[in-house]
Amino acid sequence: MSPPATPVDDQGLALHHVGVRFGGLVALDDVSLRVPPGRVVGVIGPNGAGKTTLFNVVCGFVRPTEGSLTLDGRPFRPRPHDLTRLGIARTLQGVGLFAGLTVLENVVAGASHTARAGFAAALFGLPRSDRDESRLRARALNLLAELGIDKHADAAPGTLPYAVRKRVALARALIARPRLLLLDEPAGGLGADDVAELADLVRALPDRADGCAVLLVEHHMDLVMSVCHDLVVLDFGKVIAAGAPESIRDDPRVTEAYLGADVPVEGSTP
Amino acid sequence: MTTTPTETAPATASPLRRLLPGAPAGRDPRGSTLLRHLAVAVFAGTLVVLVTNQLAPYQNLQVARVCAFLCVTAGHTVLVGLNGQLSLGHGALMATGAYTVALTQQALDERAVRGWWTLPASLLAGVAVTALGGLVVGLAAARLRGPYLAGVTLAVATLVPAVTTIFTGVFNGEQGLSFPAQTPPAALGAYFQPERWLAWIALAAALLTMLLLANLVRSRFGRSLVVVRDDEVAARLAGIPVARTQVLAFVVSAACAGLGGGVYAMLTATVAPGKFPLDLSLFLLMAIVIGGLGSLAGAVWGAVLLVALQDLPGLLTEHLSLSAGLAQRLEGNLALAVFGLVLIVVMLAAPGGLQGGVRALTARLRGAVRRRPATRRSPDR
Repeated sequence: MSPPATPVDDQGLALHHVGVRFGGLVALDDVSLRVPPGRVVGVIGPNGAGKTTLFNVVCGFVRPTEGSLTLDGRPFRPRPHDLTRLGIARTLQGVGLFAGLTVLENVVAGASHTARAGFAAALFGLPRSDRDESRLRARALNLLAELGIDKHADAAPGTLPYAVRKRVALARALIARPRLLLLDEPAGGLGADDVAELADLVRALPDRADGCAVLLVEHHMDLVMSVCHDLVVLDFGKVIAAGAPESIRDDPRVTEAYLGADVPVEGSTP
Repeated sequence: MTTTPTETAPATASPLRRLLPGAPAGRDPRGSTLLRHLAVAVFAGTLVVLVTNQLAPYQNLQVARVCAFLCVTAGHTVLVGLNGQLSLGHGALMATGAYTVALTQQALDERAVRGWWTLPASLLAGVAVTALGGLVVGLAAARLRGPYLAGVTLAVATLVPAVTTIFTGVFNGEQGLSFPAQTPPAALGAYFQPERWLAWIALAAALLTMLLLANLVRSRFGRSLVVVRDDEVAARLAGIPVARTQVLAFVVSAACAGLGGGVYAMLTATVAPGKFPLDLSLFLLMAIVIGGLGSLAGAVWGAVLLVALQDLPGLLTEHLSLSAGLAQRLEGNLALAVFGLVLIVVMLAAPGGLQGGVRALTARLRGAVRRRPATRRSPDR
């Protein structure tokens, strides 16, 4: 494949003909998609369609066997611990919080790359290190307040309801001030009320002060339909439909993938 | 957006901050970390110095040993408790520091280099060499998990004493090395108790270790340690390099063990492989577990326990007037048996170790005083 053209409007993340094979198993096959700034892009599909593999490719946990990624038109080889520096943050399926830290410390941990003080400053407890801490704590507290969970700042995550923990995970991703936020099943395990609140939250993300584009993997169709500007439907690792939510809803291929006679087998991706 | 932090500091302080004696609970860290920890160190130091003035020589030597062990347990508990890397090799790291100090002291003495600075210089050399050793072990450790990591560190624990018996030309085999003992400076008077001076030196080393570790634990590096322990995938996504953090933890922990080992060697002015058997590494681990894993205050409990339980068999055989054979057998095994028993009892009574028990108790008392229920803690601490 020739290197992707880089037109002026090639801002944001793009996948070009990405394929992933685990041995004989094709997890992703010729997947192309774009997440332009300020857009909420949803990836849907039945279980085992390759949604999580797609995320793992973007995060660098899985190397594509074919195709390439670009970020703002430049070739992009993601490595997990460099993502925050590049302005990409991700929430995990489930919660993935650090059980040994308080809620506030969990959120602060998401902005570790912005700390200016080095190891020596930390070892000797120099003011530089203290300033880092108070700056990040203040920012984390602001974010918790914005998400309405600041009263839990000093609690251990294990003691909190699932919905609150999910918000803490979101705050931890947002404190890095990402320009691209990857949400991996944010509605998983949430009740109807919480999903509605989450929808409002996600819709507002591009318009926040440090607004960001969103790439969303989700099962919850109502949420996806209500928050996404663009949708990509995966089935057996292939893009079977892409476009605006309204057009996707009426697409017979999508209906078939989800409901049709040919119900896909679960668990074809890890 | 403005925030309105609640006025009262909630009783569930940060688990990290709860490690540190004297650190305020509450959201906004007030004042300088260094000054706060320095104040605690000066207070504790003054207290111990006052105590040593009242003690007999042997008791002062015990204080000195506690301080030497504290350097080791404090670094060990940060590695095992906060970073989740199990090391069974800290006795060997102590030996590395001890031998480096002995060799440096001998070399300086042979060249007739004298002065107050020779001890700090050799201790620094001990720290540096052990940190280097920690770097090597840490690089391997960062690729290993669980039982495999334990296996490698166990190999280190058995290897280092063996090295000293192989290269007898340098390390003088089982005999070990001896070097000039530390004597109190003339300024303290001719009749100053030498053991008290040793206790003071050991105390200075322990306080420095605790101060620096407390600073570190309180900083973003301390947070990174816990982050890496709790969830490696989430850690990487949060921009925290897992392997580098693990290696760093090992280096810091090894440096502390090196300092402790060096001070330990200084107390008797000798070093021999028999002082750093595999048992020692196991004792160190048991001590920090009993004290409370991941807690610097727990490391103090552990260090006290190490000395107390090591001296117990001798005390017992002395007072019970046992037959020589039985006494000898007891001397060898009683410490391990008692240590094991204490470990079981403490784990049953206070799963968070002694410091965890103290914490739970103070939380309950505080809760009773404030007439509100004691706060729940996260289960793993």
